[in-house]
Amino acid sequence: MPDRRTTAVLDLSGLDALVEVLRGQGRTVVGPTVRDGAVVLAELDSARRLPFGWGTEVEAGRYRLVPRADGAAFAHTTGPQSWKAFLHPEREKLWSVDRGADGELSVTEERPPQPSYAFLGVRPCDLRAIAVQDRVLAGGRYPDSGYRERRVGAFLIAAECTEPGATCFCVSMGGGPGADAGFDLALTEVVDADGHRFRVRSGSDAGEEVLAAVPHHPDDPATGTAARSAVDAARERMGRAMPPVDLRALLAGSLEAERWDDVAARCLTCGNCTMVCPTCFCTTTEEVTDLTGDHAERWQRWDSCFDLDFSLLHGGPVRASGRSRYRQWLTHKLSTWYDQFGSSGCVGCGRCITWCPVGIDITEEAAALQAETSAGLPHDDREEPRR
Amino acid sequence: MTGVPVPYRVVRTRPETADTVSITLAPAGTAALAPFTPGRFAMVYAFGVGEIPVSVSRIGAGELVHTVRSVGAVSAALCALRPGDRVGLRGPFGTGWELPRAAGRDVLVVAGGIGLAPLRPLVLAALAAPDAHGRPNLLVGARTPGDVLYAKQLSDWAAGGGPLHCAVTVDRPSPTWRGRVGLVTELLNEAWFDPANTTAFVCGPEAMIRATARELVRRGLAPDRVRVSLERNMRCGTAHCGHCQLGGALLCRDGPVIGWDLARDLLTVREL
Repeated sequence: MPDRRTTAVLDLSGLDALVEVLRGQGRTVVGPTVRDGAVVLAELDSARRLPFGWGTEVEAGRYRLVPRADGAAFAHTTGPQSWKAFLHPEREKLWSVDRGADGELSVTEERPPQPSYAFLGVRPCDLRAIAVQDRVLAGGRYPDSGYRERRVGAFLIAAECTEPGATCFCVSMGGGPGADAGFDLALTEVVDADGHRFRVRSGSDAGEEVLAAVPHHPDDPATGTAARSAVDAARERMGRAMPPVDLRALLAGSLEAERWDDVAARCLTCGNCTMVCPTCFCTTTEEVTDLTGDHAERWQRWDSCFDLDFSLLHGGPVRASGRSRYRQWLTHKLSTWYDQFGSSGCVGCGRCITWCPVGIDITEEAAALQAETSAGLPHDDREEPRR
Repeated sequence: MTGVPVPYRVVRTRPETADTVSITLAPAGTAALAPFTPGRFAMVYAFGVGEIPVSVSRIGAGELVHTVRSVGAVSAALCALRPGDRVGLRGPFGTGWELPRAAGRDVLVVAGGIGLAPLRPLVLAALAAPDAHGRPNLLVGARTPGDVLYAKQLSDWAAGGGPLHCAVTVDRPSPTWRGRVGLVTELLNEAWFDPANTTAFVCGPEAMIRATARELVRRGLAPDRVRVSLERNMRCGTAHCGHCQLGGALLCRDGPVIGWDLARDLLTVREL
């Protein structure tokens, strides 16, 4: 007997009530809101903080907010942050150590109770990104206990995509603008002559429970049809696509490609792509001591494979050139991630393209690698590298 | 990350060379790590400085030995430890040499420089179970005579009389060095092993690993029977920090010991 899964319709007051119910459960509700010229993710005290009436215009290396006449709340594309900022925070204390008078060390793992999150407006690409990080951080022999605690306690409300951006390519990564699984509730925003409303589907018992506590209307055929056709239309309007080849094999076979020199001539090795990527998980550690010299803390913080120190061994970094660091990032993301964690590391959200200061486009880089591989021409016969 | 360091006490320290120290550790309290096997490593924490991965160089009853070469802030702090000082340990992590998988075959151990440290417990384990294997061989290369680790033990073994064939060579001899000069691969000619029935265990600088593994395969060893131990930056030991990637391998989880069948392609791409 399958669990009961309700489909219903929320109006704007229903959305308000949804946030209130979640906050009433003691949850920290996080969702998109406008701040500093971007749609960022932040704690919401009310659904009114959602970016009603704002859309986004994105291109490689470009992001702009644009006003929308329809007042839609979820008509923007992914912003500079992703949910990893909450599930896998930038900085986290791992342990602290106190040294006694006799030199003895006492080690304490001190993690305060983690927030019980409700994420409102998780894009389907980001749902898949969360599933990817689940496998990396909680799926192995040594699950990250802090991540797991935050993740298990999180209530996920998806917002299906009806306005994909010019840098979006989730469909070519095997995803799509619709949410199939991995959510507690999924919203599809509909704004038409019949009003501004949200078709809502529950995907878990917890979702059912919350939905039951929120005033809602029964699902109706007009809303259902409008919601489905908006998502279907979005599927056809992806701004970009990965080349339709086996990317894992392409990258595995491209380690010595000349294209890496071409991209390295443009790449600033700034690491923006790794910071905005919703699946990039790498961290480093820092030792912090106080003035007494008898108290030390071990902190973990995000790191980037574009940093020279990332591969440092005695004698110097393994990956000294920008070429090798870009190759590491893209090869890991599209190919070796399968070896390590059983899936691609890319969900096609497009953030790395949008937020690259020089507009490097990973779909274009993959296509260039594919062209170089399939040409198989000796160097002299090949076109001059672009730019 | 998962797990906090378990406090260990420095029982004794022993300088091995000008820049390398062996540190014997025992649990400071009632907590202790799970038993190590040769080839596996611990994340060793120096209070107020940091944490680095270090293989075990001897596994005793209730004691662990780490042989550390001072090349950075943490390793320098570890080399400066005195008896009674405390460190923290996490582990054991990674794959081991898995000597039992070489049962019935000749055992060929080839070490370069500090690469001898993770191989010493393997040699001791092979000597402790002589009937399980063919003849054990230990071939050691070092830059200079002053860089030879465990010199007394090696010279005892090299003097012969025991079951172990042991030979040592250096790149640059001192005026008083009376031993071999040259690459460690040159010692292979005198080693006693049947290439068709041998497992080799290799650790040292990558150039030495490459040259040794290629020569062993040329002599007829199956690539997966050439086990090599590799090194990359590691921050966590638990496959979460991403630093120890080498192609599709996370060396803290899939290594440090892997077969040459997998390592070969990874060690022949520059800056991988």
